[in-house]
This record gives sequence, structure tokens and C-alpha cells, in this order.
Amino acid sequence: MAEAVDYRYVGTRPVRPDGVDKVTGRAQFGADQNLPNMLHGRVLRSPHAHARIKKVDVSKALAMDGIHAAVSGADFPAVASGEIGGEGGGDVADIACNIMARDKALYHGHAVAAVAATSVEIAERALEAIEVEYEALPPVLDVLEAMAPDATLLDENCFTKNLPEKPDKPSNIASVMVLARGDLEAGFEQADVVVEGEYRIPMAHQGYIEPHACTATVNEEGKATVWCCTQGHFEFRAMTSKILNWKIGDLKFVASEIGGGFGGKTVVYLEPVAVMLSKHAGRPVKMVMSREEVFRATGPTSGSVCRVKVGAQKDGKITAAKAWLAYEAGAFAGAPVMPGAMSIFAPYEIENFLVEGHDVLVNKPKVAAYRAPGAPQAMHAFEVALDDIARQIGMDPLDLRMANAADEGTQAPYGPKFPAIGFKACLEAAKKHPNYTKPVPEGAGRGVAAGFWFNIGMQSSAEVRINEDGTVIVMEGSPDIGGSRASMGLMAAETLGVPYEQIKTYVGDTESTGFCNVTGGSRTTFATGLAVVQACEDIIAQCKSRAAATWSMDEDQVEWEDGQAVPAPGVNADVKPLSLADIAASAPKTGGPILGRASLNAQGAGASFSVNFADLKVDPETGAVEVLSFTGIQDAGKAIHPAYVEGQMQGGAAQGLGWALNEEYIYDANGVMENAGFLDYRVPVASDLPMIDTEIVEVPNPSHPYGVRGVGETPIVAPLAVAANAVRDATGTRINDLPLSPPRILAALGDD
Amino acid sequence: MSKMHIHTTINGDEVDFLGSPQQSLLDALRDEVGKLGTKEGCGTGDCGACSVIVDGRLVCSCLMLAAEAEGAEITTIEGIADGDGLHPIQEKFLEHAALQCGVCTPGFIVAAKALLDRNPDPDERTIRYWLAGNLCRCTGYDKIIRAVQDAAQELAHEA
Amino acid sequence: MAKVVFPDHLLTHTGGEREIEVAVANYRDLLVALEARWPGVREPLNKAAVAIDGQIYQDAFLEPIGADSEVFFMSRIEGG
Repeated sequence: MAEAVDYRYVGTRPVRPDGVDKVTGRAQFGADQNLPNMLHGRVLRSPHAHARIKKVDVSKALAMDGIHAAVSGADFPAVASGEIGGEGGGDVADIACNIMARDKALYHGHAVAAVAATSVEIAERALEAIEVEYEALPPVLDVLEAMAPDATLLDENCFTKNLPEKPDKPSNIASVMVLARGDLEAGFEQADVVVEGEYRIPMAHQGYIEPHACTATVNEEGKATVWCCTQGHFEFRAMTSKILNWKIGDLKFVASEIGGGFGGKTVVYLEPVAVMLSKHAGRPVKMVMSREEVFRATGPTSGSVCRVKVGAQKDGKITAAKAWLAYEAGAFAGAPVMPGAMSIFAPYEIENFLVEGHDVLVNKPKVAAYRAPGAPQAMHAFEVALDDIARQIGMDPLDLRMANAADEGTQAPYGPKFPAIGFKACLEAAKKHPNYTKPVPEGAGRGVAAGFWFNIGMQSSAEVRINEDGTVIVMEGSPDIGGSRASMGLMAAETLGVPYEQIKTYVGDTESTGFCNVTGGSRTTFATGLAVVQACEDIIAQCKSRAAATWSMDEDQVEWEDGQAVPAPGVNADVKPLSLADIAASAPKTGGPILGRASLNAQGAGASFSVNFADLKVDPETGAVEVLSFTGIQDAGKAIHPAYVEGQMQGGAAQGLGWALNEEYIYDANGVMENAGFLDYRVPVASDLPMIDTEIVEVPNPSHPYGVRGVGETPIVAPLAVAANAVRDATGTRINDLPLSPPRILAALGDD
Repeated sequence: MSKMHIHTTINGDEVDFLGSPQQSLLDALRDEVGKLGTKEGCGTGDCGACSVIVDGRLVCSCLMLAAEAEGAEITTIEGIADGDGLHPIQEKFLEHAALQCGVCTPGFIVAAKALLDRNPDPDERTIRYWLAGNLCRCTGYDKIIRAVQDAAQELAHEA
Repeated sequence: MAKVVFPDHLLTHTGGEREIEVAVANYRDLLVALEARWPGVREPLNKAAVAIDGQIYQDAFLEPIGADSEVFFMSRIEGG
């Protein structure tokens, strides 16, 4: 493990740059952009979960007073299949059909037409005047039924991908994948105990508090500006460009503050429609989704069926593991089953394993990324099975995991050998944690589980500008969803050697800063942070050069120390150090304004492992689960702003517990979601949770100057199995499916 | 549809506006008065992002008609800070990093203000139940609860 | 010779070969060599991520590949 380094700014907890605006109501979110002469857009949505669209006629709506534009699928160009580079939420042709249905409505709530009117009320009345002729088809709602050979097809042109030979019949199974190593049969033969189970989890929503919103305006030259809440305005621009067949240069995207995303705001829903309406109307158009629309038509994560079989010896050594995963993609291909398959065994060294994954179409909304997409479902299944193994061989669940823990040099199940990783350090920290060494409270149960996410790098740009007085502007393009401006400011302060308060960090629009991929995959502090550090290093090089010129020295005779240029050790010169402010003040005479920049495609993102445990109590009368305590331990590599790292861990724990205990999409037989609101889709509230204890482990990532791995994804993974294992411990009854809602718990306890 | 003339006091200022009979107070605050700090998360009273104080009572402004606010005194997030400084609750939210995305924050701060106005020394359980009508999806509530506890202490100290 | 390993979903492009040995200097040259061996394989490989000696690259280019290197192609990772 690398030596701990003492930093002056990195690792401190200052107030975030956007903080004051966010506690005073001044910060502008997606729905807060208003323009003169603005219209309001609303979307007509399919009342059928599966139907052929025979005809859409908007003419009566268009004829109404106050209606200035009406569009349907026929107004949008055909889009060729292809992916948006990096992170695009699937095939752009599918995204195009998802934001506005063409010949088929594929889920209840699928967009079919849209209007722009002088008020929301008039727009909603106009929707009723749109004539749509549907031919209703039977909905396919269950992932296993969808996989049956005689199932109703969502897409007659969908042939299962990745089979050894191209199939001759279409299927709802969009693709299959396999990961395997060793000899499974031999592995199971060596096992003393074998646990096998099937685990089902329904769809769940990211549940960001801010509904999707945008305002678009198209001018007479055919150039558009779009304000929207997004995790990546550059990718939204790219998707809108492809979907409308417009030049990227004609589209300017401005990211507003974003009220949560968790992966759900990495893909467009409204923006191309708003641009189209604005073009037709010749006026700005604002579109804001209702909460019901958010639930019915935007990114839940996959419902899943996972079958797991695991064998181990009495000493805890896992000899073989097998997993079969089926993930609901919703209406279009793209369930995160591959990352699920790649992560399910990732924390462990297992010689013999097989994972088979299936990406399956069903008549539900197209899934979107949700925090460590695909990992929670699969890892829930395996971590629950491991808990049963630990019980059968009478081993502490942390010891069982330690006996199999991946470490530096372990061949990851997805291929390469791990570089330095922090899983063992997390297990050790858990074993020593006072919450673990204390006894389980009377009547409660304790659950343990591990979490993992790969983390990603991808493209980022940053510019650093030095003002005339030496204050600093950091400009980058990663929407700040959880305090990343503060992290950028801290890394800039540390690199430049100037106080954090001297630095302002901005998130630029697509025309004021260089390309950045989405804020997602836990990449921002790692990759955009790397760009900021490199742009600061560019500034330092320029400042050293200007100081050298000022002092008639060679550049290598100047060093940068504590925010100022000084003669290098051994250089004999009677000069005063030149601070950033000094160099900025003399900039007109030494070459003009000082501007540093960096752009990169960051490689070498470091995997982040976690260990979580919790004490839960089950009320046998009501089936309600009370969370008594929760402890999250995670390797962050390096916590740039520890308070926001803790916040990611606590927030992920709350989301994971919500998913484990209550949250689910409930459908009726016609494919209509029955709980499309926060009253019935119940996310955790303050009174549901205790304080959430955290411990940050720091095993630095060698690919980042400060060791950052990224933290946002991993925290949601372990809580699902933590809750399941704690409920098992508390009740003596194993419940395989989630959520562990009161009715399910009562039913399971009643069976005993 | 004819509009109604509505007279209110908002954050100490007399404010007159025209609202339609079916318009919510939330929509009127945002669209007629320009108080955009009050957010809409659900429109059904489940998330608390639109919390405001009306005549001393904490309400979801999405569940109240604008017309019902006739003659009322309303406090929105824009009126929490006093003069040119932040209110201690706002200060503590910043200090404790009690916000991530920040969209629920105005509602939480208004709700916390309403709590501390009537109960200056609430215990953790009281704070959790009082704030149970405000959804936050980012923080897991831990730092929010700590910020409110700390703000209560600070206010007690100031008093 | 560097060891190059393909995941299951790419085997249709490699005639079923899971593992080969290649002598190349860097990733760009590896792609050239693989395309020469299996025409058309470059496109799916460009959509994959690659791990070279344990380090994962979503988009590799001139990364050096040594005689003892282990190269694993794998699915690209996204995230929330």
C-alpha cells in the first residue's frame, strides 16, 4: 500500500462553491429557465402497454386556440442504428423511438405525440384532441415469460445477439453473454456444501427529486439553445443531433443545476421534442415532466431473475460458482446484464465459475443506468448465497469473504489481474469496527455483504484561467450532481498551491468549455479531476517560464513551491519569490493572459470495493423492518472532500435500503404501473433511517495524482444483500426475493 | 378564463398577483411571483420540495390553491436569510455538507425553520419525524439531521 | 509474445479462438495484426474495452504491449 501523503487542501471539508446559491433558492434547476414569449410543451402518452400505432392525427389539436405546434413520430427523421460514443444509454435509433413512438407503442406511457401551447392547461386540453388509432397487442410483462419460445414479440426484427450462430427466429432475448473459467463440475465435486437459489427483484426507479425538464429555443437561422437538467450536456447534444439529424454545431446545450440523476439523466427524453416543437412554433418551448411521467416513461433499472449455485469447502474456500441472470431491458435492448455478470464474483478469487446473462425485452419503460448499473441485482443473489454458506459451515460472514477475497494480482472474473485494490482493507476495517464487535441488539439480526464497481474514466476537458489579481477560474464540463465543484477546487488549490477560497469552479455549457462525457460511473472526480490537475500543471509551467524570463534564468532553474515561483535549490539568485498574483499582475508584460488547459481520455480508473453491515429488527405483527444501524466501509482511493464521499456512501446506502425494503414497480395485468407516485412508490424518508456510519478506506489508485478511485456507484450495491441477510438473521427465515416489504415478510413468516 | 387578484405578504413584502382559480400556490409563486426557489418534485404533496410557511404553518404549496393565500403571510426559501447574512440553518447545511444535488434543500430548510420556530430543542427522533414529509434521494438524511441539530444549538446559543 | 484473450461475445469474430499469442509493440499495432488475421474484427474490438497488464482502457491507442504482457478484451463499462 502506498504511503499516506499529507495534503494541505485535498482531504479537507470546505463549503462547496455552489453552496450559498443552493441553500438560498437562487440556484437554477431544470424547470427554472423561463424565456420571453415562451410556450409550454406536453406529451401525449400511450394508454396501452403494447400496441401497433395505426394512425396519429394532430390536426384538431393544432387548430385549437393557443396551440402553436403539434408533432408525432412522423415528424421525426428515421435514425440509423448506432451508439453515442462513451455512454449513450443504448442504441440511438432506440432512443429516438423511445422519446417518440413510431409504429409501435411499447409500454404504458410511451410518448406518441406532443404539443406546445401558451399554457400548460391549454396544452393538456389539446392532447385530448389528438386522434390516435391503436391496435392493442398482448403485453409481455414477465421476464421469464418473455424468454419463452412462443412469447409475443416486442420487435419482430430482434434476433438474439452473441449466439454462436445467428438464430433463424426472432426473440425477446436481445442478447446473451457468457463469462466462464475453470472446470465447474470438478469445482462442485470439491465442495463440502452447496447452496442454490433463485432471487427475483422487480424494477426500481432512481427516484431523483427533480423531474426531467428543459427549455429549448430555435432561432430563425435554425440554431437551437437548450437548457436542461442532465448528467451530460455534451452527450445530450450528440443524441439530439442524431435524433433530429441536425449538425452538432447548430445545437448549444446549457446544463442547469441538476436535482439528482443517479444514471437516470444520462439519456434524452424531452430535449429533441422541445427543439422540434420550438422549430415548428418559432417560439421557445419549455417542457417539464410530472412525477407520474417520470415513473411511467423514464429510466427504471432492470427487474431481474438471478439463479445462483455456489459450492465451498468447510474452511470457507469457494470451489465453484454458477450464475444465470435474466434482466428486463424494458422496451428496447440494453439491460445492464453484462456489468452484472462481470461484477457478481468480482470481489472473490474463484477458480471455477460460469455466468450466463440475458438481456430481455418486456413491455415496460426502457431501462436507464442506475448507480453501478446491473451490479446490485446480481451481487444481491451471490452475497445472499454466500451468507447461507457461512451459516452452513458456521463461519463468520466477514471471515468467509476474507478467505476468498480478491487482492492485487488476482485474476478478475472479467479477465485482467487486479492492480492494488482495497477489498481486504475494507474487510479488516469491518472486522475491527465498533459496530461489528458489539453484540447484535436483542431481537435484531445482523447482515453483511460486499459491494463492487469498476469505475470509469472517459473524456474530460478543463481550463484554468488566472485573473489579473491572481484569483483562479476553473472551467470544466461535468454537471455537479453532488459537490464535484468543491472537489475540483480542492485539487486545483492543492496543485497550484493557492488557497481554495481563491478559486471559483464553473461548469461550462457546450460552447464555453471542452467536451466532457457524462457525470456518471463515478468518473467525474477521477477523470475531470485529472483534467483540472493537468490544466493547473500547464499554468505552473507557464508561470515558471515567465518567472525565469523575469529573472533571466533558464526554466529549469525555477521551481513552483507553495503557490509561487522560486529559484531552484542551488540556484544563487537575489530574487524575491513571485506569487501567482505577482505573475498575474505582470502578465501583460510577460506574454499576456495566463490560461491553462487540458483534455484527455482518462484511462486506469480504479475499482472500488465496499463492505457494509447493518442491524435490523422485524416486527412480526406488521412485517415492518426497522433499521437500527448501518455501517458502510468503502475504498475511495483518496477522499478529496471526505464529507461528500461520506454523503455518497450514506445516500447510496439509503437508496439500496429503499430498494431492498420497499421500492418496486407494481404492474396490473395490462402493464399499467399501479404506483406511479411517491405516495405508493415509497422511497426512504428521514424517519425510516438511523444515522448511517461510514468509514473511508484509502488505497490510492496509482493512475490518479491524488489516488482517486471514484465513489458514487459502489455504495448502492451491498445494502440489498445486507438487508436480506439481516432479515434472515433476525427471523430465521430466508426470503430470496426483494423488496422485503411488510406483505412479503408476513407471508414468509406465516409459511413457517 | 378570468384571473383573480390575490393580495399577500411574501417574505415581508406586500405582493399582489393575478392567479387563475385552479392555480396552486406553488405555480403562482413560481410563475406569477418569480419565487423559483420553491421547487416541484411531485405536485402531490409527497416530497416537500415546495415547502413554504403560510401564517406560521408549514405547508406543501402544491397542495394549496393560490386563492387560499389571500391575505396570508408567506415565507419562502428566499425569505429565510435575514439581511445580507445566511440563517444559521443555511450555514449549518453548508458546513455539514447536508446537500448534494440541492433540489430538495430549499424545502428542507423551510421545514427545519418551521420546526425550530415552534420547538427550539428537538431531539433526533422529533427532527426525523418532522422532516419525514421532505424527500431527499442523495444524502440518506444523516448530514441533514446533524445540520438541523447543530443549527438548533447555535440558535439556542444566540438567543 | 504477448497473451491476448477474447471474451465469449467476441468469439464469433475470432473463429472461436479464445486466446492467442502475438508479438506487437503497442495497442495500435495489435489491432492491425488482429484485423489482418480476422478481417472485420476491428469494429467489435473498437467497441470493447481492453485491459493491458491489469490496467483497464476504455479507449486504448498507443499503450505499449510487452513480450510478457497480458491483454484482455472485455465489455465497456458504463455507470450511473
